[in-house]
Parts: sequence; structure tokens; C-alpha cells
Amino acid sequence: MNRFIGFVKKEFHHIFRDYRTMLILFGMPIAQILIFGYVVSNEITDVNIAIFDKSKDNITQEITNKITSSGFFILHDNLNSDQEIEKAFKRGIVREVIVFEPNFAEKLKRDGKAGIQIIADASDANTANIVSNYTKAIINSYVKNELFAQGLPYEIIPEVRMLYNDELKGVYMFVPGTMALILMLVSAMMTSISIAREKELGTMEVLLVSPLKPLPIVIGKVIPYMVLSFINAVVIIALSYFVFGMPIQGNLIFLLAETLLFIFMALSLGILISTASNSQMVAMFISMFALMLPTMLLSGFIFPIENMPKILQWLSSIMPAKYFIIIIKNIMIKGSGIGIVWKETLILVGMTVFFLGLSIKKFKVRLE
Amino acid sequence: MKEFIIEVENLKKSYEKVEAVKGVNFSVSKGELFGLIGPDGAGKTSIFRILTTLIFPTEGQVKVLNFDVIKNYKEIRSNIGYMPQRFSLYQDLSVEENLTFFARIFGTTIEENYNLIKDIYVQIEPFKDRLAGKLSGGMKQKLALCCALIHSPDVLILDEPTTGVDAVSRKEFWEMLIRLKEKGITILVSTPYMDEANLCDRVALIQNGEIMSIDTPEKVIQSFGRKLWAVKSDRIYQLIKDLKSMDFIDSVFPFGEYLHITLQSDKLDQDQLISMLTDKNHCQIQIQEIEANIEDCFMQLMNNEKLTVT
Repeated sequence: MNRFIGFVKKEFHHIFRDYRTMLILFGMPIAQILIFGYVVSNEITDVNIAIFDKSKDNITQEITNKITSSGFFILHDNLNSDQEIEKAFKRGIVREVIVFEPNFAEKLKRDGKAGIQIIADASDANTANIVSNYTKAIINSYVKNELFAQGLPYEIIPEVRMLYNDELKGVYMFVPGTMALILMLVSAMMTSISIAREKELGTMEVLLVSPLKPLPIVIGKVIPYMVLSFINAVVIIALSYFVFGMPIQGNLIFLLAETLLFIFMALSLGILISTASNSQMVAMFISMFALMLPTMLLSGFIFPIENMPKILQWLSSIMPAKYFIIIIKNIMIKGSGIGIVWKETLILVGMTVFFLGLSIKKFKVRLE
Repeated sequence: MKEFIIEVENLKKSYEKVEAVKGVNFSVSKGELFGLIGPDGAGKTSIFRILTTLIFPTEGQVKVLNFDVIKNYKEIRSNIGYMPQRFSLYQDLSVEENLTFFARIFGTTIEENYNLIKDIYVQIEPFKDRLAGKLSGGMKQKLALCCALIHSPDVLILDEPTTGVDAVSRKEFWEMLIRLKEKGITILVSTPYMDEANLCDRVALIQNGEIMSIDTPEKVIQSFGRKLWAVKSDRIYQLIKDLKSMDFIDSVFPFGEYLHITLQSDKLDQDQLISMLTDKNHCQIQIQEIEANIEDCFMQLMNNEKLTVT
């Protein structure tokens, strides 16, 4: 045990003395989450919209006022026919068109409900999503604060239509995605590099000619990165919660446990990579190409899996990050528990066992 | 009967295409300082890595401390101290941290075996807070030796510990080895420096994966069995050519600023040689008979081997 503690201590020394490692470990995650956060889900301001009011009564007028005075939207145009909607989008200035159905106020009084159509230009998927959500929120708060407050049990049904990309998904995609990416990078890349470094600098030769067995060497390598990755994950969750207002509907402890599982998976993958590479350079390239790019492109982080060709969809199902993203999204946004995400959790556990088993088997007790 | 610490029988090692070690036999007895002397690429590192159980032998029987290097590698690993050719300590750890680390992974402490490393450690102790990467070459080797010794091993296996180290540090390093030997530690050391061979109890001269001779340094020198002269002139390069062209001269090897020559007959008329060389426009000619050293023996053995091959 004493041996093992000595080994772990040494590993921490390596990390804390190398400012580049520290930068990758702590600078990068924060920078990435902030960059992704602001780029991917920038708060909207001054979005140009057009309104097609087929009813032109006092309620539609009030809603229009609420929307235009919210500070998020600028009324660019009032439309008078359905044809103009298409034209307005084609000109590229208007991002959203709000359509009130005819006889809006009358219907509301008669049937207790009326419809508003929100049409968004989804060629810029994220903006479209955010814009339509903001609009919905304003309408809902109008219903709640103005109509309900007056004792009128009316219902306004906003119907959202996404033009040009109606399968659009994932508002809060960036937090789970970035988390998966960073944890993958930090855990897998850093461990694989740190083991490969021992090989490259010849210290592995000395370690092997010591009574230290492969398992303590591997675990000793993993523990410091596990601790640091976990701190990272907590920082990311805190940042996304406090800075970007990402909700955490589910159980926080469950969320952290799942995160720990993913970290462990990434670490065992890192060890596997290091068994196949003899230098830091090789380890880094394998991590980059085999982990980072697929994680970004195929996990559903940036591009929706549903829109991919079949082959890439199959490929994406061997990406551990895909399952992690699903789990995190479910917990954070929908507040799901283990009952919903047990399948994905099980897949991650399976992957971890597989990678760990393979790497311990492949770990060489000799130089050849 | 002598107790053998290392026994190597008909050891062969091939890498994909190259046969690095071609059937080597030697044994090292307890308490011996045994030197493996040979140029780069002779197969020394391969032999050492097999002995330290880092690579498999292709053929042959190898035993260290009576344990087989293939079957009982774990027992061997806990009882040997190994210093690889390359500096293999953690450059980003300080001197003291490196030592503590190696003591710990061998399940011991610095204090426990301090008497063993004391002589060496006092020399680097003033720098104990310095990072190992920032030490000078000689200091690094001393630290590496400390780390290899910290668990009080029965055998020390040192792969070219003095390569790239300045002359003073080399001398100090060998003094330490001799002191360790006196403490009863068996030491196997390799070196490309022939002058270090004289400090070993026994040496094996190795070339191209084959051992040419194993004996005490004195006996190796005695086995030279020829007379040897050192010759020098103002134009050393021309002198090599001229001497080689004389048919009564057997071999010519440059050796520092001198040329070492042997003759077909072991009889040299110095005046005659001087006049022959003066005819060829050499000035400041010096000739003197000298004692052979290990390097001369090595060159001779190498030369003989070439002759038998061709």
C-alpha cells in the first residue's frame, strides 16, 4: 500500500510541475465551456421578426406589444399574406414570423383557446430554437400574468414550425457535449500521454524492473487523473448552471455518479491507447483522431445523429460519448433517474470493463 | 565451489532481421565486479535487458540469482538493481523525491539503507532539492546509482553508466563501484571505455554479439603475447599509410596521438624504421616499445576475428 501511495504521489508531482499539463487540465475546460457556451447558445438580442396578424384585435395587439417590448425582438415588418412569409425569410433579415389566426380574441372568448403559429428560420438551428423558445415564453407569461390574473381561463396554443430544418434538436446540447469532450480529452489523452511518457523517457524500464505489478502501476496512473477530471466535471456543471442557466432537474449525486462512470471509462480507454503507443506523440495523435474528432462529430454533440447517414449512425453507437450525452441530457433537462437511463449506463459500464480488461491484458511486463 | 550470481549459457537474441547476440556464455560469481567491454552495437544492452528480464532471450539458458529469467522474473526483479543506459529517472522530480519514490516502490525507506548509499549521496546531497533534469551528467549518474541501490539489491546491473560523463566523474564513479564491491554486492557493468576494464575483476570482450575473450584484465593483457611499439611523427595520417605499406609490419592502429604497431617478427630495428620514415619526409619521429593495454588486445582480437571470417 505504501508503494502505491508513493506512486500516486509521484504522479501528482508530475501533473503539478508541468504547467502545460495544468493548462490542459484546468484552463482548457473552462475556456471551452465558456466559448461553446457563448457561441452555441448566445443570448439573443435584437432579433428581427415579422408579424402576420390575421385578426388585428386588442389581444393580438397586446401580445405583439409584449413581444416587441421584451428587448429581444425588433419588429421588422408587418405582413399581410401567406406568400409574404416565405419572401420575408428569403430576404434573410427576418428570423421569425409570428402568425395570429383570424378572429383570435373572439375564438379565445368563445372556445377558451386560440392558436399562434411561430415560424422560425431553422437554417441557423440554434438561433431558431432559442428565438422560438423566447417567443413561447413571452406568450405563456402573458397568458399566465394577464389572462389568468383576470380570472380568464384562456389558453393560447403556440404552434412552432421550423422552416428548412424541422428535425432540429438540442438546445442544451452544448453542456453535455462539451462535458463529454473535455472529460474524454482530459482523462483519456492525459493518462495515455503520461504512461507513454514513462516509456519514452525510459523510466518505464526502471519501473518494470521493480516489484511494482502492472495493476498498481495502471491504477496509480489513473487515480490522479480521476480526481482532477472529477473536479473538472464539477467546475463544468457549476459553470453551466450559474453562467448559462442550464437546469439540473435530476438528482445531483446521480449526475455526478454517472459522470464518474464516464471518467472511469475514458481513463481505461486512455490506458488502452498507451499500451499501443510508445511515445507521447503517438499517444497524443491516437487520442486526437480516435477520440476527440469522433466525440465531437459523431456523438450527436454538434450534428444530430438522426440526420447522419446510416453507416455513421452505426459508428456513432460505439461512441461512448453518445451514451453519456443522452444520460446527462436526461438527468439535467428532464430530471430522469436510473429507471430511464439504465440502458445507457449499462453500456458505459460494459465499455469500461472491456477497455480495462483489454488494457490490463495488453499491458506488457516486458519491453517487447 | 564458487557461487554463481549470473549464469548465461549459449544466449542468443535476434530482433526481426538482426542477430544481436550470437551465442554468448559467461558467468559472474558472488562478489565479483564483472565488466562487459565492447563498442556500441556489440550487444551489451541486449544482454543486460535479458538479464533484467525486460526482454526474452531467443535461445539459451539465463539465470540470475539462480532464478530463470523467463519463469521467475518477478523474483529477479525484486532483487536486482538496474541502471539503464539512458538516464531513467524522473526529470521533473527533485533528487530527494526521486530517491524517496524508488525507495517506496521497493518497499523500503532511504533511512533503512542509508549506509549503502551514504558515500554517493553525500556528494549530491547539497543539490537534493534540485530537479533531476537540471543536474550535470555526472550527478545524474550518481543519483541513478543511488536509486538503483536504495533497496539493497544482491546484484547491480549497470549499462554503460559512464558514457557521456566527464573524466573526473568517471573516475569517481568507478571508485564508488569498487567500494560497493567491497560491501559484497555483485556488479555487472558494461562500458565502451577500454581504460575502465582494468578496474574490473574479470572482463568479457564483446564484439558483434560474440564474446571474444573472458579473463582478468591482467591475463587478457598477457595473452596479447606480442611486442608493441608506439610511433609518432608530424604527419600522422601519412604515417598510417606509410606504415601499412611496409610488409614487415603486421598491424597499425591509431591510439591517441600515437600509432600502435606490431611486427611480423617482434624484432624492430628502430634506427632503420626512422631512416625509412625520414626518406618519406616524416619529421619528429618517435618510436618506443610499450606495454599492451586492453584496447590493444581488443583490436588484435577483432582483427583476428576478421581474418578468420574472410
